[in-house]
This record gives sequence, C-alpha cells and structure tokens, in this order.
Amino acid sequence: MAHIKLLNEELPGIVGLLNYRPETAKPLLLLAETLLRGPSSLTSGDREIIAASVSWWNQCHFCHTSHAAAAVAHFQCDPGLIDDIKKGLPNTDISDKLRALLHIAHQVQSNGKEVTAEDVAFARELGATDQEIHDTVLIAAAFCMYNRYVDGLGTWAPQANEAYKEMGERMAHVGYGKS
Amino acid sequence: MPHIDLPKDYPGIRSLFVFCHETAVPLCNLVQVLLHDPHPTLTAGERELIASYVSNLNTCKFCTATHSAIAKHQLGSELALVKQVLADPETAPISDKLKALLKIGAKVQLGGKNVTAQDVAIARGKGATDIEIHDTVLIAAAFCMYNRYVDGLATWQPDNEEFYDKMGAQRKREGYTPASINIKLDDQLRTS
Repeated sequence: MAHIKLLNEELPGIVGLLNYRPETAKPLLLLAETLLRGPSSLTSGDREIIAASVSWWNQCHFCHTSHAAAAVAHFQCDPGLIDDIKKGLPNTDISDKLRALLHIAHQVQSNGKEVTAEDVAFARELGATDQEIHDTVLIAAAFCMYNRYVDGLGTWAPQANEAYKEMGERMAHVGYGKS
Repeated sequence: MPHIDLPKDYPGIRSLFVFCHETAVPLCNLVQVLLHDPHPTLTAGERELIASYVSNLNTCKFCTATHSAIAKHQLGSELALVKQVLADPETAPISDKLKALLKIGAKVQLGGKNVTAQDVAIARGKGATDIEIHDTVLIAAAFCMYNRYVDGLATWQPDNEEFYDKMGAQRKREGYTPASINIKLDDQLRTS
C-alpha cells in the first residue's frame, strides 16, 4: 500500500501518483514525452534502454520493467531484452556508442560529478554528439527523479514482465500523457 | 570546463536551458508548480528549504546556493538560518513538521525505498498532510534530477554570493518562467 491515500489505488507505480496530483503530472509527462519520444538522433528504443537501465540501477522495478517493455515495443524484439538490460545487455546487439552513453548514464546515476572528461571524450570518439551527451545525462538524471518518486511513496507494481507488455506498447506508440 | 559546448556567460542550469529549450519548458514548469505556485499548506520558503537541503546532500554547489538564496528571500530571514537548516535541521529553529519532512527528503535522496511507513507516520504525527508528504517526496526526487543535470554536464558554477542573492530576490518576484530564467550573469548583476 502506498504511503499516502491515492484517489485510485488500483493504478500501479507512477500512474497512481500522476492521477493524484494533476498539477505536477503535466510537466512530468511532458518531460518524459520530450526526452523519450521527441525529435532526437538517438532512436526512442535506445533512449528507453537508457531509462530502463538507470531504473534498474536504482532498483525501481516498475520503471525498469515498463521502460524496458517500451524498448521491446520500439524494437519489436524478444521480451528477453527486459532481463538482458538487468545484466548490462550481454546478449543484445547495441552500438558501441550506446554502450559509452550507458556508461555516462551509470555515472550520473551515482552522482553528476562522477562523469569525467574521459567518459565524455570516449563517447565522442564513438560518434556521440553534444546533444546526445546532453540527452543521455538528462534522461539518467530524470529517472533518478521518477524512480525516487515511485518508490519514495511506496507505490505497488505488478511483478511479472508479461504484465507490462500492453503498457510498454502504449508508452512506445501512443506516448506519455496521451490518451 | 563544461563537458559540452554550452553558451558562455550563463551559469549552472541556465546554460542548459539555453542549450536545449525543448526540455527547459517542462523542467521550468515542474519547479514552478513544486516551489513557487500557491500551495494549500506549505509556504514557498519551506519548499525552497527542502530543495536547498537535498541539493546540499547531493553536493551541488549551484543548486544549493541558488535555492538557499531563494529560501532566504521567501522566508524573509537571514541566510544564516538557511545554513543552519542545511547543517542540522534538528537543532534549527523550524517547525517539528518541517523537520520530519526534511528527514523524508534525506531518505529520498539516498533512494526512494529508504522511506519507511514509520518516517511517514512520524511526519503525520507532527501534522503533515498527504499532499505535503507527496510534495516533499517529489521535491526531493526532482532535485536529485536537477542536481545531476547541473553537475553531470560540468556547468559553470560561479563563486559569487552577490549573484546568488540577486537571483534569489528575482526568483521570489518572478518565479520560474522559462523566459525569466534566460538571463545572463552580467545582466543579473546589472539590473536586479
């Protein structure tokens, strides 16, 4: 049970919180829509992998599984990707550039100051642009917020990966804050 | 030196707002609702104290100095009081309710799962409402984002108490609209 009395206790994770406080829901959804589905040279699938990885490092089951399911929907790939993200993607064919960006995201997850000039130079050598480095840092930072919001208020989340299939497809193809 | 090519003369998060306008809009709108818009019970000063306290725990110089100055102006107090809260809320002259909320904020800073039912029950025992608990958790979580954004791209963070103080007065007057934040350091020191 959540730490506060939500208006609809059947809504899982952040969904119940967005429903509880529409004033904050609006910018939170616009931020997610812009970061994950807005125009970018990074594909939405790659950006969802960054979001899901940071959420896993923050041990936020709801955000990890739902954003990993969104990545699966974007790539139309095997849902095994959800668990592969937990292991650091040993069995998924992703670019070296994305691996370098994921390293930057991991540093941000710990603390912004952990990102070094070498981390950034390495990503740049593999083709990352300033905008992509910016977006990676902000996606990682934003999920350090969403994850704390979801867990800090003690929301509930479905356990099984399969329970997130439909949610992931909606996040990928309909978007955030759209009905 | 910043990790990416940010516009010169703009410090901290302002340089990032100028660099990327698309994300600046929701980021400004979120902080406006959380810290500046009218709240049923928490004052703007109390909410700014939570923001500066969490920023200090994350060791983010720019956000700590900025929100400490805004808290000072919103509370109509001395900066010394804000610094006392940052150093040790328990012995600072603030309400027991705010002390309990700051404790929840500190737990959120470490990770959301650290907040226990007991932390929440204690805050409620000191008079905290559900919406105050909600907003405390979200303010603390949001500053775990803003702090990482500002430090993760190694933005320029000036050592200039006068600059932060003027920005504090300006934020109190104008809030966090994307347009009002888009002001250079020089303009700030000239006009405010």
